[in-house]
Amino acid sequence: MDLRFTPEEIAFREEVRTFIRESLPADIHARMKLGHSPSKEDIVRWQRILNAKGWAGLSWPKEWGGTGWTAIQKMIFLEENQMAPAPELSSFNITMIGPVLIQFGTEAQKKRFLPRAANIDDWWCQGFSEPGAGSDLASLKTAAKLEGDHYVVNGQKIWTSTAHMADWCFLLVRTNPNARKRQEGISFILVDMKTPGITVRPILSIDGAHHLNEVFFDDVKVPTENLVHQENKGWDVAKFLLGNERTGIARLGKSKERVNASIDMAHHVNANGRPLINDPVFRQRVAQLQVDMKALEITQYRVVSAHDKAGGDRPDPLSSVLKVKGTELLQATTELAIDVAGPMATPIWAQELAAMNEPDDMLEASSASVGSYLFLRAASIYGGTNEIQKNILTKAVLGL
Amino acid sequence: MDFEPSDDQRLLIESVSRMLADNYSFAQRKTYIATPEGWSTAMWSQLAELGLLGLPFPEQYGGYGGGPQETMLVMQAFGRVLVVEPYFPTVILGGAAIMAAGTDAQKQAILPAIAEGSLKMAFAHSERQARYDLNDVVTTAKKDGDAWILDGSKTVVAHGDSADKLIVSARTSGERYDTDGITLFLVDTNAQGVARRGYITRDESRAADISLSNVRVTEVLGTPGKGLAIVEKIVEAGIAATAAETVGAMEAMNEMTLEYSKTRVQFGNPIGTYQVVQHRMADMFMTAEQGRSMAMLATMSLENDDPAERAHDMAMAKVGVGQAGRYVSQSAVQMHGGIGMTEEYAVGHYFRRCMVIERLFGDPAYYLQRLADEVA
Repeated sequence: MDLRFTPEEIAFREEVRTFIRESLPADIHARMKLGHSPSKEDIVRWQRILNAKGWAGLSWPKEWGGTGWTAIQKMIFLEENQMAPAPELSSFNITMIGPVLIQFGTEAQKKRFLPRAANIDDWWCQGFSEPGAGSDLASLKTAAKLEGDHYVVNGQKIWTSTAHMADWCFLLVRTNPNARKRQEGISFILVDMKTPGITVRPILSIDGAHHLNEVFFDDVKVPTENLVHQENKGWDVAKFLLGNERTGIARLGKSKERVNASIDMAHHVNANGRPLINDPVFRQRVAQLQVDMKALEITQYRVVSAHDKAGGDRPDPLSSVLKVKGTELLQATTELAIDVAGPMATPIWAQELAAMNEPDDMLEASSASVGSYLFLRAASIYGGTNEIQKNILTKAVLGL
Repeated sequence: MDFEPSDDQRLLIESVSRMLADNYSFAQRKTYIATPEGWSTAMWSQLAELGLLGLPFPEQYGGYGGGPQETMLVMQAFGRVLVVEPYFPTVILGGAAIMAAGTDAQKQAILPAIAEGSLKMAFAHSERQARYDLNDVVTTAKKDGDAWILDGSKTVVAHGDSADKLIVSARTSGERYDTDGITLFLVDTNAQGVARRGYITRDESRAADISLSNVRVTEVLGTPGKGLAIVEKIVEAGIAATAAETVGAMEAMNEMTLEYSKTRVQFGNPIGTYQVVQHRMADMFMTAEQGRSMAMLATMSLENDDPAERAHDMAMAKVGVGQAGRYVSQSAVQMHGGIGMTEEYAVGHYFRRCMVIERLFGDPAYYLQRLADEVA
């Protein structure tokens, strides 16, 4: 037991920080610093730079172009990348489908998909939730019927983030409607989004943006070679994937970045006749968030290094703690940012800002802060709601 | 970073846990509290035999060369059963003081005696007016030839009633609140002019108010006038140790609550089958884990040589662990219902220990304000 960072870990952090500072395109950095979300192009550009450096396959083994980093190093990288702030690696590609294929995929599937996922030549999306299967995911109905060398898929998915940009979708389908347990009739398949019969319809979210979609499958033919793992064993794959998703889901660096941005902004706005940064209530609120972030940071290091030591092929129930606490912080820190923005958080400024002769960073940051606040109300809903995480803890940790 | 205990650390946890399992049931503990000292001299000997009284001291001074992590593991185990022996004031605070500021001769004289169980110490620093401000010292020490004359009074000195030797802070120059001018002295409790009034604290531990009138002492600890930095080091060791103790107490409360939820039947089912109870217990679990992380922060920062960073991390740990202990202990009583309110049931005793630890050397609100002052 040594609870301090090793000299190697400290040097690694410095290396990551320096590389990001020197390699992150300035225009992307400037936009993100003002609180804007990265565009698809931003994400692709940055991930390709990271991939060229060998840093995209975060938790992948070296033979598949992974980094070979320890769990602690991965967390250091994620934190530095989020705090920069830089676009995050595509979680669909890197923390979901990549590890799934490495764990369960055939050699052919690995060769075909992994390099493209790392370089984001394919943009992946996740077809899990359905109108009738949210928290109760195992009740999903989208059906895949085996007909010769392909499945025929019919049904509907919902809340499919970035489906409108995606090249491929990993999909949970019901292949055996008569299974003894619902979980035993589910399979995990890979679907080319250009296949005839797929319709993507946008769902605008409360931040006014288009992240989410409904995806309809109407006699969509999927070759059987795109089945991952065995037929009717898809639930194991889904559980593996969700466990991986949860360890990265805390996005602590993002929370830290939002607090730092709020502190910066608080120097430039007044409250009760003095700069907000001097307001004792504001300062205490920041201090409390810093305490909570520190606790989560250490918990995260504990969970990921235990996960690594255990071989890492089973989700650690403690990852539910990261999910709940991490998303509570994402919500609290983005809330802090809009509270600093105050009344300037209310207008939708895009056009006004574009028409200005001189950029006004304060106004732009105030307006942009609201986007992540609104969108991250989803944080306690996606990846298994926080209430579901407590059910998981009840079962797995308390044994009830 | 490496969170896995080493083989030696595993052995340490096992031997301490085994000893406590044999000797520290809630019923056995009751008999220890009922003695005139308020703790068990037999247990004290056992702690010495196991080597725990010298755990953090270097081997050349009769110790076992354990680091902050070993202390953390032991204090966690103590927290699980609410150990009442004067380990904390003697080994943690007294040991930290001597290791931080003692001369070689002082280390030779004191550390082996602590390790073998023949010397008990107490840290006589807090004064009535000071609340949590460590620099608020008005007890005075005036030079008189080779000696110093101490006058003043100290309050809520943990195990001050049974200590053989006190570490007393006094002002040798300057005014109240001055950071310079505080000096630490080693004072025998049977020295002329030392009067002690012992009492029971809310956690069934013991403490004393100590008055010093015209006490002649010759033994200074550290450099005269520069005692505050030593006081801070002592307090930091205390914060880390009690943070670990709180973690142990939280573990125990969570286990008790879970057990109770399986056996207590209402509306025809064990209450642990109800989701509202399950989610509260999930929250208690998550909170305890976050508290554990903060106790680790305190432990690791003991080895940080930068005093400002150390103080910052200690403040964070004090807030985090204090809040966690408060939430878990309040919830544990709530989940037990009426039985949790009773003296005969253990959970309330853990609750009170957490309450006492929370306000030892400063509560969460106090340290949160400090952190708020640093926001920039």
